[in-house]
Amino acid sequence: MRLTLHGTRGSMGRAGPETMEFGGDTSCVDLVNEDGAILVLDAGSGLSRLNQALDPSPPRIDVLLTHLHLDHLQGLGFFRPAFSEDVEVHLWGPASSTMTLSDRLSRYLSPPLFPVRIRDLPALRFHDLRPGTYQVGNYEVTADLVCHPGPTLGFRITDGSKTISYLPDHEPALGEDFPRANEWTSGFDLSQEVDLLIHDFQYTAGEYQERIGWGHSSIPQTLQFATQVEARRLVSFHHDPDHNDSTLGRIHDEALGSGLPFELIPGTGGLTIDV
Amino acid sequence: MAQHPIEMILLKQWASLIAVPVWITDADGRLVYYNEPTEEIIGVRFEDAGEMSADQLAEVFVICDIDGSPLADDDRPLMIALTKQMSAHRRIRFLRADKQWREIAVTAIPIIGEGNRHLGAMVTMWEDSE
Repeated sequence: MRLTLHGTRGSMGRAGPETMEFGGDTSCVDLVNEDGAILVLDAGSGLSRLNQALDPSPPRIDVLLTHLHLDHLQGLGFFRPAFSEDVEVHLWGPASSTMTLSDRLSRYLSPPLFPVRIRDLPALRFHDLRPGTYQVGNYEVTADLVCHPGPTLGFRITDGSKTISYLPDHEPALGEDFPRANEWTSGFDLSQEVDLLIHDFQYTAGEYQERIGWGHSSIPQTLQFATQVEARRLVSFHHDPDHNDSTLGRIHDEALGSGLPFELIPGTGGLTIDV
Repeated sequence: MAQHPIEMILLKQWASLIAVPVWITDADGRLVYYNEPTEEIIGVRFEDAGEMSADQLAEVFVICDIDGSPLADDDRPLMIALTKQMSAHRRIRFLRADKQWREIAVTAIPIIGEGNRHLGAMVTMWEDSE
């Protein structure tokens, strides 16, 4: 299984000379396995970087949406396969107790917020996703709700040989006592002993103290979480827009020098990783 | 033990921070947590009681109706919340760990996640001076 990080930035895009290394596009990852089956994780602005790679488009593309915050959606209206009559783009996103996935996405994909309506994207197919295990193309996907404002899913994905988990927006430390027992830790089952964990890396410890409850982790909390679940490799992800390359380089150097029990891979824009 | 659903994790965290007694069971009626204000009412620390099954609960925590008569399962607020997924309230008598009977008022609320996933129930209680 090979994955590529098309967008690693969190909350909002931050393009410019100060983010050339870690990237300015928001959340999007694609997976390709040995059979060539493509699975896309989130539809942030990084999704538009897939347009060239998917030209011509395969007849079916599956996109897993962790949640519907804009930094995970804003690439959808610029994703060329979605406009095609000959392609099926299957969107799998968290179910809500009040509205369908399609209706909720329509709030953004309609004027005045966006000029294109969801009905103008004929390729889209919608799947309201509840906690459980699903077969999505050639991948087995386990979805579960995780700690982040609003219905938000994390994913555990396997192609039968390797397993990754994807929790780009995750605050497992919310509340008292962290780390805590495994059964009381958000995201634990999704991430236990995975080959690769892609996880929220948004705040420094100091920043987190002023943003408790915003749905993200401090970097020390993410390192602790990766240790607790016994991940083999951790990819830092969802970088804060105010963390430039210099800041992120220093943060990663400090983490790498602290004797981690797993391999830490700095999540840089465009990075391809063989799992 | 498998990880609890996020709704239950957040409920436990919330309960651990508030001054209102909260008792939490999973969908099978297994006690998974009660907070410090609850400890003051029932007289046992959760760390000492620990998690326990519904059967164990019935043996350890003895309750009856306010007049001292036995209380059928169908009349117990927690059982109503778990089996009928309805909120329920009742005044009951409760045998504390120090063998003293106390009158308490109990309100049980079912915990139902999106997609009608029945996750358990929470109970709040307070000493009843009526």
